[in-house]
Amino acid sequence: MNAFWILAPIMVLAALGLVLCRKAVHSALCLAVVMLGLAVLYAAQGAPFLFAVQVIVYTGAIMMLFLFVLMLVGVETADSLHETIRGQRAVSLVVTLLFGIVAIVGVAQAVTGAVSGFGNQPNVLGLAALLFGPYVLAFELTSALLITAALAAMVLAHRDRLSIRPTQAWLSQQRMRDFADTGKHPGNPPTPGVFARHNAVDTPALLPDGSPLEESISSTLIARGQGGSRTDAVRLEEDE
Amino acid sequence: MTDYLTLSLLLFTIGAAGVLIRRNAIVVFMCIELMLNATNLAFVTFSRQHGTLDGQVAAFFVMVVAAAEVVVGLAIIVSIYRTRRTTSVDDASLLKL
Repeated sequence: MNAFWILAPIMVLAALGLVLCRKAVHSALCLAVVMLGLAVLYAAQGAPFLFAVQVIVYTGAIMMLFLFVLMLVGVETADSLHETIRGQRAVSLVVTLLFGIVAIVGVAQAVTGAVSGFGNQPNVLGLAALLFGPYVLAFELTSALLITAALAAMVLAHRDRLSIRPTQAWLSQQRMRDFADTGKHPGNPPTPGVFARHNAVDTPALLPDGSPLEESISSTLIARGQGGSRTDAVRLEEDE
Repeated sequence: MTDYLTLSLLLFTIGAAGVLIRRNAIVVFMCIELMLNATNLAFVTFSRQHGTLDGQVAAFFVMVVAAAEVVVGLAIIVSIYRTRRTTSVDDASLLKL
């Protein structure tokens, strides 16, 4: 029971954090906390198999999937606070409060009598006997469900390539054509930041005449505003 | 027993509130996962109360179905995001991409 009283407040707080956090990544981390707490509660309630499955499947696989999709969709997309239906938030809060009170007063008090417990019954062996005994049809059907889900995910997330994939030969010819048309250098751009004082990637390479070459910095850094025209000489002055 | 059930129902209620309040489809989805987890806790609790393992088998099946559901749901969210550049549930109200 100690484990319960330690974990229950943490889990409720994490669940509230899941609902209240503005950023989706924070919500995902809160959900991971709740799931790990549930895993421990399963172990405390005589379900070691479900403890392992909860950690592996939920916190391992499903949360990873959520985080992957968050990365794909864009971590920075914060929730809009605009209400489409007026007063929806207040009404839904009232409804869920009523539901919670009714459920906790009604259902949670329904259990009476002594706890039976499992005694010396082996957990994994008992579950296997049930799964491959009375529940074998449902168990087989879940395999069909999982295969269907995997195929559905592939179909839904697949996107046909609209243009022809550029080959290496085409790319090299295009480089020469660009050089002929616009004079763009056909070779590799110089690498950034290999200097005596600074070798960070946001330090641009210097041309023979001493001027910085902006193309040598990764375009990602420039988009973030981290790269720039701060040459080695400028940084040297800043440092001193 | 009552403590475990109260916690389970509390988590379920918080998840339901999140589904109703939040706009981001991924967060709504996570709240649904929270509700499924809460029911699993109730299953395991009832299983211990009765001393039989059927409740744990039910929780196991819930986990399997939840895994399949997450895969398909997240694929749908990704494909909606590709066409609409948003994951807000308000913007995808036409049942088409």
